[in-house]
Amino acid sequence: MDSLIHLMHGFGTALDPMNLMFAAIGVLLGTAVGVLPGIGPALTVALLLPITFKLDPGGSLIMFAGIYYGGMYGGSTTAILLNTPGESASVVTALEGNQMARRGRGGPALATAAIGSFVAALIATAGLAFFAPILVKVAVKFGPWDYFGLMLIAFVTVSATFGSSPLRGLTSLGIGLWLGLIGIDQLTGQTRLAFGVPNLLDGIEVTTLAVGLFALGECLFVASRHLFNDEKPMAIKGSIWMSREDWRRSWKPWLRGTAVGFPIGALPAGGAEIPTFLSYTMERKLAEKPEEFGQGAIEGVAGPEAANNASAAGTLVPLLTLGLPTSATAAVMLAGFQQYNLQPGPLLFVQHPALVWGLVASLFIANIMLLVLNLPLVGLWVRLLKIPLPWLYAGILVFACMGTIAANPSVVELMLLVGFGLLGFVMRRYDYPVAPVVVGLILGPLADSQLRRALQMSLGDPMILLQHPGSATMIAIATLALVAPFLFKGLARFRQDED
Amino acid sequence: MSTPTASSLHRPTLVIGAALLALAFVTWRDASTMQIRAGYGMGADAASYFVAAFLALMGAGHILAAFRWQGDASPSDWKAVGWVALGLGSLVAALWFGAGFILGSTLLFAFTARAFGRKAFPADLALGFVLATVIFLLFNKLLTLALPMGPFERLF
Repeated sequence: MDSLIHLMHGFGTALDPMNLMFAAIGVLLGTAVGVLPGIGPALTVALLLPITFKLDPGGSLIMFAGIYYGGMYGGSTTAILLNTPGESASVVTALEGNQMARRGRGGPALATAAIGSFVAALIATAGLAFFAPILVKVAVKFGPWDYFGLMLIAFVTVSATFGSSPLRGLTSLGIGLWLGLIGIDQLTGQTRLAFGVPNLLDGIEVTTLAVGLFALGECLFVASRHLFNDEKPMAIKGSIWMSREDWRRSWKPWLRGTAVGFPIGALPAGGAEIPTFLSYTMERKLAEKPEEFGQGAIEGVAGPEAANNASAAGTLVPLLTLGLPTSATAAVMLAGFQQYNLQPGPLLFVQHPALVWGLVASLFIANIMLLVLNLPLVGLWVRLLKIPLPWLYAGILVFACMGTIAANPSVVELMLLVGFGLLGFVMRRYDYPVAPVVVGLILGPLADSQLRRALQMSLGDPMILLQHPGSATMIAIATLALVAPFLFKGLARFRQDED
Repeated sequence: MSTPTASSLHRPTLVIGAALLALAFVTWRDASTMQIRAGYGMGADAASYFVAAFLALMGAGHILAAFRWQGDASPSDWKAVGWVALGLGSLVAALWFGAGFILGSTLLFAFTARAFGRKAFPADLALGFVLATVIFLLFNKLLTLALPMGPFERLF
């Protein structure tokens, strides 16, 4: 068992006091942003990218992963107590969770969400530790054609599953690909679309794009819609502990939610919303008392909450082993790796085993921290909602701009940031998904160079893509995934925003 | 989901479609002026041509969709958007004219708070100033990140 030994070494790294501190900061920040409406883990990681690039890579990545997990936990708190999900992966939790809170069962709802998240994340992280090395063994044999096929899948699934219509998703992807063209081409030295601006020669910074789209765009959107309401969180009445009956009704949904969430998160069709919807539907079908659904059925909280945490761990599988982001947060985390000149993929496991396994081990630790912190501190998290939103968003904007100009001290960079902010606003305003833009910017240039490398090896014969079984299969899958949404219009109802 | 209304021309979609077509044209023009050619296979211009074609396709799709539009979006408060834009603009201007990070961020903070419905502008200015100063000291001195200097920053 190679992975066990690696994992043990990983725990050695993760238990280093500095890394423990980073993990703790990560889960606290993550829970806080999960609780606060409108600020998701993707945005938080994007905000922290510019100010962490001088820190130790291992520690920062551990913190980012903590934010990701924490965000998934925190979202449930507001969903249950306020009926306003902190982020979109908790939308389903609000359905039953808020009903439970209204009936004075807020405590057990929070408990089943927290314990379910813990169980799911524990199993899914173990799954990550088990499957990642296997996938790495396959992936080291990948040629450029295989990578190109894989990226096609990522392009199609990310833009077809995010957003309300394939046209909008693909348009977002197109904008991302277009932004990826800007700058000096790495293979030939040819300048593309720089228009003589020196700042553009190095290409668009992923962090500037992500902060602009997520922080500025979101802020403008919230301001334009007056999404800042003054709803008061519901007080938690009665015991916060689950009764024997609650336990009996929760454990199966936890496991089923994990089983749904992990694979869907790991597939490059990911995101955390689809598994939560599936889990909810499944629990309603399997429930002993289906009539309770809509009135506060504990299964409807336990299943989806487990599913969204399991999928968060699942998205780390393709991210770490193949360098493929399948959710907005994963895309931003990929940018986090890249700012330290680390390229996630099979080679990462070979070149930086201590870092990767330290990260995986710290996920287990972050998960335990979250369980310990979340339930007892629920009162504190709810109090966070009392920060006046004008100040919160004003502070986010100041912090976002500060990070960008600190990383690239130039007015042009700030103007790019503002431009991306306006782009993000227009996209949110007209219901375009934002994540494909980031994915397009990151993966576009990679796909371009992989394809050209493949064609150089075949002396320009494009049939090489179809002669290798791996790439042929993947291109077929990508084509199917592109056509399928038009065939199954019903699936499009699983709409997906940023997670 | 908004309730579907009678299909009509949706102007924003039309504008986005036209913008995509324009972007495609610019990309195509840029690609056609590229000088460096690759030995085998595709050069740097191939990706540009592909993206140009893709964007043109999307633009055409938008223009089609604009004429078959159903439902309408919720209204936006453009005044609030304007306040945020003013805040961002002041930060850009502050850096452009060398007025420094603190002054620019103070204005950004106060204008954004105004956009979100705060009426106490002087108080927000003061709070923004304190916040910007703390951020400046923390990051410039502790993390040695170089934030743009101006009259206030030189006091420290």
